[in-house]
Amino acid sequence: MNIAVLLNMVPDLVEELEIDASGTALDTQWMRYVLNESDEHALEQALLLKDRHGARVTVLALDYGEVEDTLFSALAKGADEAVKLAGLSEAPSKRAAAAAFKTALSGMACDLVLTGVYAIDDQDGHTAGLLAGLMDLPFVGVTRSVEPADGKVLVQKEYAGGLAAEIEVSLPAVIGVLSAPQPPRYVPVAKIRETRKTRKLTEQDITGAESLPGPTIRRMFKPEAAEHAQMLEGSPEDVAKQIVMILAERGLVP
Amino acid sequence: MSPSGQDIWVYAEHQRGVLSSVTYELLGKARELAGALGGRAVAVLLGDGVHPLTATLGAADIVIAVEAPSLAEFTPQAHAAVLRALAQSRAPRLLLFGATSSGMDLASLLAGSLRIPLIVNCKTLTAEGGRVVATSQLCGGKLLCEADTGDGPAVVTVISGAFPAEQGVSDRTPQVEVVPLPVALDTVRMRVTRLLEPAPGDVDIAKAPVLVAVGRGIQRADNLPMAEELAAALGGTVCGSRPVVDQGWLPLSRQVGKSGMIVKPRLYFALGISGAPEHVEGMKDADLIIAVNSDAQAPIFSVADYGVVVDMFELLPALTQELGSRKTAAA
Ligand SMILES: Cc1cc2nc3c(=O)[nH]c(=O)nc-3n(C[C@H](O)[C@H](O)[C@H](O)COP(=O)(O)OP(=O)(O)OC[C@H]3O[C@@H](n4cnc5c(N)ncnc54)[C@H](O)[C@@H]3O)c2cc1C
Ligand SMILES: Nc1ncnc2c1ncn2[C@@H]1O[C@H](COP(=O)(O)O)[C@@H](O)[C@H]1O
Repeated sequence: MNIAVLLNMVPDLVEELEIDASGTALDTQWMRYVLNESDEHALEQALLLKDRHGARVTVLALDYGEVEDTLFSALAKGADEAVKLAGLSEAPSKRAAAAAFKTALSGMACDLVLTGVYAIDDQDGHTAGLLAGLMDLPFVGVTRSVEPADGKVLVQKEYAGGLAAEIEVSLPAVIGVLSAPQPPRYVPVAKIRETRKTRKLTEQDITGAESLPGPTIRRMFKPEAAEHAQMLEGSPEDVAKQIVMILAERGLVP
Repeated sequence: MSPSGQDIWVYAEHQRGVLSSVTYELLGKARELAGALGGRAVAVLLGDGVHPLTATLGAADIVIAVEAPSLAEFTPQAHAAVLRALAQSRAPRLLLFGATSSGMDLASLLAGSLRIPLIVNCKTLTAEGGRVVATSQLCGGKLLCEADTGDGPAVVTVISGAFPAEQGVSDRTPQVEVVPLPVALDTVRMRVTRLLEPAPGDVDIAKAPVLVAVGRGIQRADNLPMAEELAAALGGTVCGSRPVVDQGWLPLSRQVGKSGMIVKPRLYFALGISGAPEHVEGMKDADLIIAVNSDAQAPIFSVADYGVVVDMFELLPALTQELGSRKTAAA
């Protein structure tokens, strides 16, 4: 089975987010990026399929942020090929990303496309489903498990309250992963460094991808908390006393 | 696609014969928008044997119902194919979905295949003159983005709980238009093979009066005993956010939020939880929420009653000790 895993870089929320001068976008000048969490699970899901059933895993990512680290790390974890897609602006819209991935995938032999189902910076859509819509491929999102079954796949799609449905999907298909059946594997930095020396990234140009209509962004801003917690200040011991008082008033401690 | 009319469509989501509450939340909003734009609020109900559900959709001006055995169990492909065909022939101004598991799939598929704009995770939707403006929540609640949905058609997903359900509930009997399958579904390449019930947990966190919830801020499984000690001192139960469960540090039965349990304890102690909308959905109705987070900007502080900006590993020992000495004093 040939599996393509689409990896997306998203803003690192540990850093303070800034809005740019236009007031309609994040300021990317100093922005740090991390790999979208559910994409990390999509990669793990692909590698599990490879380990257990055999597969060729190709990872693809758009070229912005520290994407090379991400791609080499994927190779170090066990991906067979890593493709860097050039030609899009930094932090592109989700529809531009979906169209770019469509262009990249159209020349590839691929049975299964795995990608995260949801990214923290989604505004004009979720890449996985948009891509499936553009490519007219079967799609199931919000999955927690993908298993091969007679040339098809069985996926578990999560609903609210812990309910899930098992769905059988013919290939080729796009599957949106929320989490893999086990935590993403860890790869030591030394091994990534080693991979940088011994492996090469494939580069592909995706200029000329389809341009899709999207919403018109009027402004991007930080929310002003309408309601805010009453903050407790002081040393840990002081704060502990205050908390116990609050609990005592409510009869939550003796 | 042809130029759109002014109708506002709501995808009527249901599971196990019950419409989900987000459907009513959306219908109330659809009424308001349709009123402002001069269109109709339309509920679109797909399934098999679902006609009885139309009775509770009285807030809609009209219910479009499509019934077929192949729509009985939800699959994104079959439901998207039907919605796509209906939207192409009837050209609504907006198609509204809950930002739920099925809603996210359908909205993206439709926007991609019809090549129309999509806005996701909205908290507000307002008509301004002839425009409809949507505000999305992103970056775990740290940013808002206001966007014009365009002249239509466009697709919008809305966060559960963003609008009151009451406006979408009516005891009127709605007009129902039963529509035959508008598209052959023999090319659908997926089917539901079974439903998987949540594994019963060792405890039912929805029944626990006191919950100590840990998030990614707990950093390692080794640190969990600190939270367990606090829970023991409070007579409470430990639960967590999704990343903690995904790491395997707590069982799925202890997950609070959109894909876990909805809880309403007397006390919810949030430790190292950022307050992402998917988590908040599961705990916002707790009687008392105390949040501990090292980041003063964490969105959890706009949900909590009391907040402390501190490294939890500094506060926890002091708090557990304080609770212990109070108990000793009381005994
Ligand atoms: C379809 C879908 C369903 C989802 N369902 C759920 C769900 O059911 N439940 C759920 O929880 N999430 C769910 N999520 C995930 C959700 O979007 C968030 O990713 C998740 O809630 C974040 O968990 P967190 O707050 O523990 O982690 P983070 O967002 O990483 O936050 C960790 C916090 O810990 C703080 N911190 C770090 N170190 C310390 C310290 N030493 N002391 C104090 N504070 C510290 C940080 O400041 C930060 O605020 C879902 C997502 C999707 C897409
Ligand atoms: N939005 C939806 N519309 C229709 N069916 C759905 C939707 N979401 C989930 N379902 C399915 O509806 C089925 C209800 O079947 P039952 O339990 O027999 O009433 C469940 O099995 C779900 O798979």
